[in-house]
Amino acid sequence: MDKNAGFMRALKCRECGREYPLTATHVCEFDFGPLEVVYEYDRIKQSLTRASIESRPKAMWRYRELLPVAEDPTVGLQVGFTPLVKADRLAKTLGIRELWIKNDTVNYPTLSFKDRVVSVALSRAKELGFTTVACASTGNLANSVAANAASAGLKAYVFIPTDLEQGKILNSLIYGANVIGIKGHYDEVNRLCAEIAGKFGWAFVNVNMRPYYAEGSKSMGYEIIEQLGWKVPKHTVVCMASGSLLTKIQKSYQEFIKLGLVPDSEFQIHGAQATGCSPISTAQKAGLDFFKPVKPNTIAKSLAIGTPADGFYALKAMKETGGSAEDVTDDEIREGICLLAEREGIFAETAGGVTVGVAKKLIADGTIPANDSAVLCITGNGLKTMDAVNGHVGHPREIKPSLREFEALVANEEIQSKHASR
Amino acid sequence: MAKNVRIPTPLRKLTNNEEVVEIMATTIGEAIVELQSKYPGIKERLVDDNGEVRRFVNVYVNEEDIRFLKNQQTPLKDGDEISIIPAIAGG
Repeated sequence: MDKNAGFMRALKCRECGREYPLTATHVCEFDFGPLEVVYEYDRIKQSLTRASIESRPKAMWRYRELLPVAEDPTVGLQVGFTPLVKADRLAKTLGIRELWIKNDTVNYPTLSFKDRVVSVALSRAKELGFTTVACASTGNLANSVAANAASAGLKAYVFIPTDLEQGKILNSLIYGANVIGIKGHYDEVNRLCAEIAGKFGWAFVNVNMRPYYAEGSKSMGYEIIEQLGWKVPKHTVVCMASGSLLTKIQKSYQEFIKLGLVPDSEFQIHGAQATGCSPISTAQKAGLDFFKPVKPNTIAKSLAIGTPADGFYALKAMKETGGSAEDVTDDEIREGICLLAEREGIFAETAGGVTVGVAKKLIADGTIPANDSAVLCITGNGLKTMDAVNGHVGHPREIKPSLREFEALVANEEIQSKHASR
Repeated sequence: MAKNVRIPTPLRKLTNNEEVVEIMATTIGEAIVELQSKYPGIKERLVDDNGEVRRFVNVYVNEEDIRFLKNQQTPLKDGDEISIIPAIAGG
């Protein structure tokens, strides 16, 4: 195996267990099963302790031994360590004793959890000698690849469905990336990119770099544990597109337990989807371990993956942890966005509305008991999906620059609120 | 008349690095049998022991997933383009 592989040992097929060298490859040649990085946990255990972690800079790379790079990372050194916010006001509204928001709406530099995976993928791509990086994206990944490639001096091609939110398109163009709009939905973009990746020798972060890329998501779980005071949360609610993030949150908790960084503890991971694209939650609710692909139709475009690559493993992770899945309509998604904004001052994108809406349902029906504690993983920023709530949150009331007009407005409001409270 | 099958990178070792191969089959099921006769070993890569298409293999006819069509019974006509693609991650 590679002499210099950091703490990695090999790539291994999740289906059949065949092992492969640590190159830019993502599927098992035998059964097309996804390849996953295998680590040397004995060596990691000697190097990674609570004290060593706490002594390092507050970024995702403080867990470096568990992230798949051979050398020190070179891209995205400031990514991660986003706030874990104790959400008392939202907890009260949803009817749960304790609630936390893992707030990746303020991740650096592009305001979504994708900065975590891209930081790993591009660091590894540079190690493997690539100079052009690419991705298939529902928006956030494209933004992050474009920005991080710009700062790393890499050439970037990002492929997106043409019907994405304007904000997400602009947020890729601004960094000078080659933005290719595909006339189709994400699953079609994905299919095309799989074919392009086979033809062009680029580092496609979610195709041939996927084993490394996907591991970046684990940092969100490590941070949750550390920020809770080295405790695994009893319940975690995670939105699902391909289902990858949910499986990596489970893996992150399992790894910290395995390494003895936290005591063995029981935890449940719950998956959240939009009803308009819910292949995984539909299968989970029906008790199936496989899903049926769907054609997405939802305002939660960042979750609109009808053929989720990690759907099987997400279902397995929920089953293993005793978690559940639920989905919410477009109106419930908007309500979730507004609840999080009005109660906690956090403006999340549509995927965050999905997570809040599903948490609300799971708490209401007792799946997450009212006397328990839960963490909601909020993965992207609302400023990128303003189209989704535009026209649903009212308008400013306009007055002349006159104190009298303002006093009249306030008096009028007091009358209205008296009426409302009756 | 022939139909074209686009072969993904992981399977090209079996097709002598051919990216596109021609077949005459009239359904996806038949196409798998025909591919196996031309490129021995390819069938077990595509289907499991029960004959079902493996869960991480996606098959498309003219850009449509066969799970939205008739799975292995999906009919093929002349000039159709078949793609075999590994499932890939989100974004």
